[in-house]
Amino acid sequence: MSFYRMHIIIPMDEEAVEHGAIEVKRELSELIEKNNLKDEVKVIETGPVGVVGKGVVMIIYPERLYYYNVKPSDVKEIFEEHIVKGRIVKRIEHDYGEKRAGKIVDYKTVGLTREQKRVVLDRCSIINTLDMEEVIAKGGYSAIEKIISEKIKPEEIIEEVKNSGLRGRGGAGFPTGLKWDFTRRTPGDEKYLICNADEGEPGTYKDRLILEGDPHKLIEAMIIGGYAVGAEKGYIYIRGEYQLSIERTQKAIDDARKFNLLGKNILESGINFDIEIKKGAGAYVCGEETALIESLEGKRGQPRKKPPYPVNKGLWEKPTAVNNVETLANIPAIIINGANWFKNLGAVNSSGTKVFTILGHVEYPGLVEVEMGTPLKDIINIYGGGVKKGKKFKAALIGGAAGVFLSEKLLNVSMDYESLKENKAVLGSGAILVMDEDTSIPEILFSILKFFAHESCGQCSPCRIGTRHLVDLIYKIKNGEGTEKDLDMMLKIVETMKETSFCPLGQSVIMPVKSALTNFKEDFIKILNKKNNEEVLNA
Amino acid sequence: MKLEDLKKIREKYEKEMTLRDGKFKIKIIVGMGTSGIAAGARDTLKALLDEIAKRGLKDVLVTQTGERGLSSNEPVITVEEEGKPSIVYGDVSAEVARKIIAEHIVNGNPVSDYILEVKK
Repeated sequence: MSFYRMHIIIPMDEEAVEHGAIEVKRELSELIEKNNLKDEVKVIETGPVGVVGKGVVMIIYPERLYYYNVKPSDVKEIFEEHIVKGRIVKRIEHDYGEKRAGKIVDYKTVGLTREQKRVVLDRCSIINTLDMEEVIAKGGYSAIEKIISEKIKPEEIIEEVKNSGLRGRGGAGFPTGLKWDFTRRTPGDEKYLICNADEGEPGTYKDRLILEGDPHKLIEAMIIGGYAVGAEKGYIYIRGEYQLSIERTQKAIDDARKFNLLGKNILESGINFDIEIKKGAGAYVCGEETALIESLEGKRGQPRKKPPYPVNKGLWEKPTAVNNVETLANIPAIIINGANWFKNLGAVNSSGTKVFTILGHVEYPGLVEVEMGTPLKDIINIYGGGVKKGKKFKAALIGGAAGVFLSEKLLNVSMDYESLKENKAVLGSGAILVMDEDTSIPEILFSILKFFAHESCGQCSPCRIGTRHLVDLIYKIKNGEGTEKDLDMMLKIVETMKETSFCPLGQSVIMPVKSALTNFKEDFIKILNKKNNEEVLNA
Repeated sequence: MKLEDLKKIREKYEKEMTLRDGKFKIKIIVGMGTSGIAAGARDTLKALLDEIAKRGLKDVLVTQTGERGLSSNEPVITVEEEGKPSIVYGDVSAEVARKIIAEHIVNGNPVSDYILEVKK
């Protein structure tokens, strides 16, 4: 080990790479090498930092200063001024993190660098994902260590997870401990644990951050989950487009195997568990657990009939627990700190934290982890920096395409399962799409419905026909040719789809449609019969 | 790998990570302006880093700053500690730097021969 005076973090994801992060890192390393500063300054490549639209980000510790939009041509100046002389390059956009070393100077009161409650993302953009030593030094695999050294039984783990109140972060919010308990209790000697990393909800990229930034957390959680439910084999079903996530997670699995943290007789404890990655092929419906299982078995990705649920008959008809990436990423912290600690975070019936992706018309689009129950307006105004260019807030679409349009009236709503349910909304995947006053809700609804029509798997007619029909209707309405009758028809279709569709894809189309038509009714009424009226006027 | 090996790795690399979690009590600032560097501040810095690594000290951070106008006493370093006055040392050669780590940082006794200023 050596001691450095400065750590320079270069978060790497597809966006950063596109903007030249690799060149920036190369340039910087060369300068450090050439000037003989290798023993003083360390350059670390980490997973993404959660800031979007800022090109290459560079974080300098111990100051915890963020440089944004760093170009390879800026590197020399940063090196000469900041790294050698300790002076900030003011020309380049920069920002201090709130939790900093030394004296507190002015920091921005808004933005994504404000301190967050990080449980799931605690190591993201702090550690070098590919460096096993850094992972372990920052508490990686310490939950496994605790389980083995304190001889904690599978039943005790399940009890702890149940008591923690952890609920599924994929959208449905089913209690995780209960799911594991069902899987464990179902008789059978062959069981499976699947991690659903087929992150397809438009506007959501929280799982990507974990997969790219801290895959070891997921692996550790899966070992614990496998041990708890009695599975010796786990699968991570990763969305095919997530190239970097797949590479990093695969590397993490290989490293874990080398350290005897995966495979037979883990750390000589008698626990066996191994993980395999399966790439998705771009179907939204495969995020639904039974369709995912079908796809994993090599069949066409279409949902199965429920019951039987996967906990009874899942992969290869064996008991299977399917958990979302973020859900699993909470497990190690629960084991280490206990159920009560977790329960004290967040809101009633919604323990813990939640990772939200903020996008759309905000100053700082990106990703934050805050406690459950944080008011929507705080997330938008404090972390997102408010509506872009000082415009007025119009709407927020919460939970992705299968989410709900909220109007200004609900800006104070607490972001947790229960409060949102009371307001006929859902937490879903945690995407918050902010729209300013100039946004046309019918246009947004049109693109959402086009998405559903494209992604409907076609297995059941209500969804296959309904989504197509909805696209035709909204197209007509947005072009000013719609009538009151068309609006009624849309509501009738989504209600029928909710009652009769086979899987959550068709059942959830009601959420964006109904909320848009009720909360933003004027937007639609305004443009009804517009074309007809204009023609009459022009005649 | 066994359970003990995991613990060993964690203990060994934990210290290196201190820089990134902002959990430290003592901050040593080395003046690295032109005259500081000319007077050998780079060697001072290297000696500080080396001594800290050798002793496996946690909670200590080394950082740098520019010229502070004490050119005749370069290299100059400042030791800041939570709840204590900051101490500015002058003429800190590599050898003195090691002494400061041993006596001031580890044992809490400032090396009075080299103190230039005590800032409340």
